[in-house]
Amino acid sequence: MKYLYYPGCSLEGTALEYNSSTRAFMQELGAELMEIEDWTCCGASAAEATSHLLSLALPACVLAKAEKMGGVEEILVPCSACYLNLKKVEEKIRKDPELLDKINIILAEEKLHLNGQVRVRHFLDVVANDVGPEKIFARVKKPFINLSIAPYYGCQCLRPYSVFDDPEEPRSMELIIKATGAKIHHWNMGGRCCGAAHMTTKPEVALELVAAILKAARGADAIVTVCPMCQMNLEAYQKKISGMCKEELGMPILYLPQFLGLALGLSEQDLRLDLNLSILKAFLGKWMLNLTSVNRNKNEIKN
Amino acid sequence: MNRLGKLESEQEPETAPAPVIDSLASIRDMVSTCIQCGTCTGSCPNAFAMDLTPRQLWYNVLRGEKETIFHSKTFSLCSVCYYCTLRCPRGLPLTEAMSALKQIAAKENLAPYKKSIRFYKSFMESVCRHGRVREMELMTLYFISMKSPFLPLQFAPLGMKLMGKGKISFEIPSKGNGALKAIFRKVEELEKKEEK
Repeated sequence: MKYLYYPGCSLEGTALEYNSSTRAFMQELGAELMEIEDWTCCGASAAEATSHLLSLALPACVLAKAEKMGGVEEILVPCSACYLNLKKVEEKIRKDPELLDKINIILAEEKLHLNGQVRVRHFLDVVANDVGPEKIFARVKKPFINLSIAPYYGCQCLRPYSVFDDPEEPRSMELIIKATGAKIHHWNMGGRCCGAAHMTTKPEVALELVAAILKAARGADAIVTVCPMCQMNLEAYQKKISGMCKEELGMPILYLPQFLGLALGLSEQDLRLDLNLSILKAFLGKWMLNLTSVNRNKNEIKN
Repeated sequence: MNRLGKLESEQEPETAPAPVIDSLASIRDMVSTCIQCGTCTGSCPNAFAMDLTPRQLWYNVLRGEKETIFHSKTFSLCSVCYYCTLRCPRGLPLTEAMSALKQIAAKENLAPYKKSIRFYKSFMESVCRHGRVREMELMTLYFISMKSPFLPLQFAPLGMKLMGKGKISFEIPSKGNGALKAIFRKVEELEKKEEK
């Protein structure tokens, strides 16, 4: 397995741990990631809110730089917003050669050229389909026993392009989570919106959305995410939301590669669990406790 | 379209700047086959906070009611979740239409959307300067543009937490190497050409 790698801006800042854990997890599985040289911002949700053409030109820049790398034709993207922006250009230029010409006029300013040869893949797509639950199951060293996980997909890896999952009832995370021994917390909030950038400019709206998600997660031991924006919104405002709703809604939130990496025996340091904003102590404690009690039972049976 | 055109000229003759009329026409094309079923409203996670429901917004777009549209918070409350686009029985690109309205508001610097516009513009400014967004610079530029001394306080607890974790560091906004300047300039040039 060999992929071009586009971390995107968040993974160099507020989502550092998503970057570290994605790299550590993929390395553990023997996959090679080649970071796109001199990559630039995909435009996030800001470009689309200011200029349509810019919202296509910025991701096109990244795709052109990816093509320049040569040899490898798939880009692995962990951030859902980056993924959708890049995917959108991939889809649009395939159907619209005139648009491709226009984009290339812009890219020429940077001596770049886009042919449309690379394929954009979300991290979750790669884990669910290229890696697959069997491979993960075979490598689990520290299973999650008696722990229930709420899979949270968010919006932009699912919609509008249904590439690898059902955009209404996503399930691509379930088999991978089960492969670690954990149970699925069944809920209907997996594909709901976290409010995205509203948290900064319209917090009163975004807090409502996150509150509904945290409430629906009650009973789960953790929520697992695949997007830096979702992760930040779900974990950074838990105290505020608990106060707002007058009930304790604290919940451990982990990036998918952090969660899978733990089961594979990777260290907390490699997965940068120290960077998460939500409190993971109770979750990790329960995990360890269940592991040791199972091991003890096994030894007793042997003796 | 004649009837709609008439309404337009009757209701707001001089208030609307010319580009708004033009770009609204392309958005009207996007939603021209809307059957007003309300699936978009039923699917929108932010509808509870909107003054016009998405269905009502499209009705106003079809009628060319610029005053109503650009005094409503509705399109600025779209969080780009794509549920409406996915579910629209007519297959209309509704999320894209929402974004097109945001683009008009940003180009015209319309007052009701000051916060979002300044946030997005600060974001793009940082990207243009450095090629990648610097999260701390983005927030600093945003605070400066909002000219509100109390706004940073809202973000202080989270900012301190993130700094404590070493995820962001204090950055004075800088000119950068203008990594994407040429791209930004070309895009602007092409857009101006299209407007004409």
